[in-house]
Amino acid sequence: MALLDVKNLGISFGGLRAVDSFHIEVEKGQLYGLIGPNGAGKTTVFNMLTGVYQPGDGKITLDGNDITGKRTIDINRAGIARTFQNIRLFKELTVMDNVKVGLHEHYKYSTIAGILRLPSYYKKEKEMNEKALELLKVFDLDKEKDFLASNLPYGKQRKLEIARALATNPKLLLLDEPAAGMNPNETKELMDTIRFVRDEFDMTILLIEHDMKLVAGICEKLTVLNFGQVLAEGNTAEVLKNPQVITAYLGE
Amino acid sequence: MKIKTDKIKKISKSSFTIYGMVIMAYVIMQILVSTGSLSSLMEGLLVPLCIYVILAVSLNLTVGILGELSLGHAGFMCVGAFTGAFFSVATVDLITIPLLRFGIAIILGALAAAVFGIILGIPVLRLRGDYLAIVTLAFGEIIKNFVNVIYIGTDKNGFHFSMKDAVALKLEEGGKVIINGAQGITGTPNDSTFTIGIILIIIILFVILNLVNSRAGRAIMAIRDNRIAAESIGINITKYKLMAFTISASMAGVAGVLYAHNLSTLTALPKNFGYNMSIMILVFVVLGGIGNVGGSIIAAVLLTLLPELLRGLNDYRMLIYAIVLIVMMIFNSSPKAIELREKYSLKRLFTKKTKGEDA
Repeated sequence: MALLDVKNLGISFGGLRAVDSFHIEVEKGQLYGLIGPNGAGKTTVFNMLTGVYQPGDGKITLDGNDITGKRTIDINRAGIARTFQNIRLFKELTVMDNVKVGLHEHYKYSTIAGILRLPSYYKKEKEMNEKALELLKVFDLDKEKDFLASNLPYGKQRKLEIARALATNPKLLLLDEPAAGMNPNETKELMDTIRFVRDEFDMTILLIEHDMKLVAGICEKLTVLNFGQVLAEGNTAEVLKNPQVITAYLGE
Repeated sequence: MKIKTDKIKKISKSSFTIYGMVIMAYVIMQILVSTGSLSSLMEGLLVPLCIYVILAVSLNLTVGILGELSLGHAGFMCVGAFTGAFFSVATVDLITIPLLRFGIAIILGALAAAVFGIILGIPVLRLRGDYLAIVTLAFGEIIKNFVNVIYIGTDKNGFHFSMKDAVALKLEEGGKVIINGAQGITGTPNDSTFTIGIILIIIILFVILNLVNSRAGRAIMAIRDNRIAAESIGINITKYKLMAFTISASMAGVAGVLYAHNLSTLTALPKNFGYNMSIMILVFVVLGGIGNVGGSIIAAVLLTLLPELLRGLNDYRMLIYAIVLIVMMIFNSSPKAIELREKYSLKRLFTKKTKGEDA
């Protein structure tokens, strides 16, 4: 049984069939790539997986649970966390607080306890701080923990977004173009980070990416999307050799 | 402090600065009052100052921390004022300890305003966009007109309610009219004092500052900064929006009770609970810095005192507001001013350390 099992997923915006009969099976611990030309519907797939869009038809199963059409927060609680193509951090919060918001569901105390500073507040805050610092250290962000998130350099903002997503303790991590806007050095570092996250946290990762070097370098399996439909799928090396895929990217 | 991280310490430090500022102001004012160096005009302004500070701080929770625009804060104040005054007038013979009666009145006023906050918030806060501004604006106007047409009286048979006139209450002999339509409530005991005002300010600061630096506060600010991202990590948007808005409304209700017990006659006029009042509170918040609690206190105090200090210019008060607002907006967004503020960021309350990096 695959961790993420998507069958016959589809959505229309007005008359436009943005995604049609999409399917994917991601095994636990896999590093899976979703690629395709601009406008192929990759982010739309992500938005359906995370409940931002309601799928028109199809079925999404995560770890045996049907999560089709659930609310974003319920899908997160079921175990899917994501990052965004255009970075969406909590800009006016510190780096540390960004991660602590991610820990929100896992370290609970009541609002009253927070206002009256009851012992449970101190206890949980301490645990949260330790856990958040641990996560920040993994991403080499612990020195910047008191910076406002908006003051971080671009590459570190990407990393912080991954750290925040991991803080929710997901089963599946969705990365939407993690290398967008990065220089080759940063991309290489990011590749190491993604691999490290997979190994260290025993994480399953599904990522959208345009950078072929990154995709070829870390993804074990690929699905290629073109005009909303699956063009090819399989092992990375095979898929990248597929003449149909090359045509879709480079034209005739 | 049990927690060792610098962050908590730093925030506590800036919170203590705000508490210190309030207590200092209280001590100085008490000394001035006891030595008789304060004119009676200024002495009469002390309680209104507390009221405006509470209003500014509470609106800052909605506008600055939650990031939603509310244009009807005076409406919640009006609800609190009439609830509190109604209770005090109705029980003035029953509860003879003024402090106890006033305490219950404050709690009731806060609760009533909170109920209206929930009623408005449940449908409106689910929507994205500026709907809250539109609805609260309407609410402020409606509630003010509504209290002008209600008549409530009491006699030995209990309470009587009418929306026509006082005669329609059909009170028996010995009964009294508590809310008399457009004439409002008369005979509210003057329980509001400067000391109680300051205590209320400190309680409200305590609630807001502790809320902001807790789990719920972080969730609220996360929603403000990026709603979609907050949703994607499992934050219940409606719950936290409603929580912040309701707390904010109930605090405006507290200000209303304080206001009602500072006057012997309470009437709902455009002057005290109208649109201008709501905007004036918003001006305090914008001027003090959106999201900056200490700033809104200073702005509320300065802008309340300014017209009194420049009495001759009182006619131009609204004009001065407009000019000051425009100047502040320019100052807030011009790159040179931002650079200047960052340079002195450590001296500013509530700004975090930003040196050693180029944003």
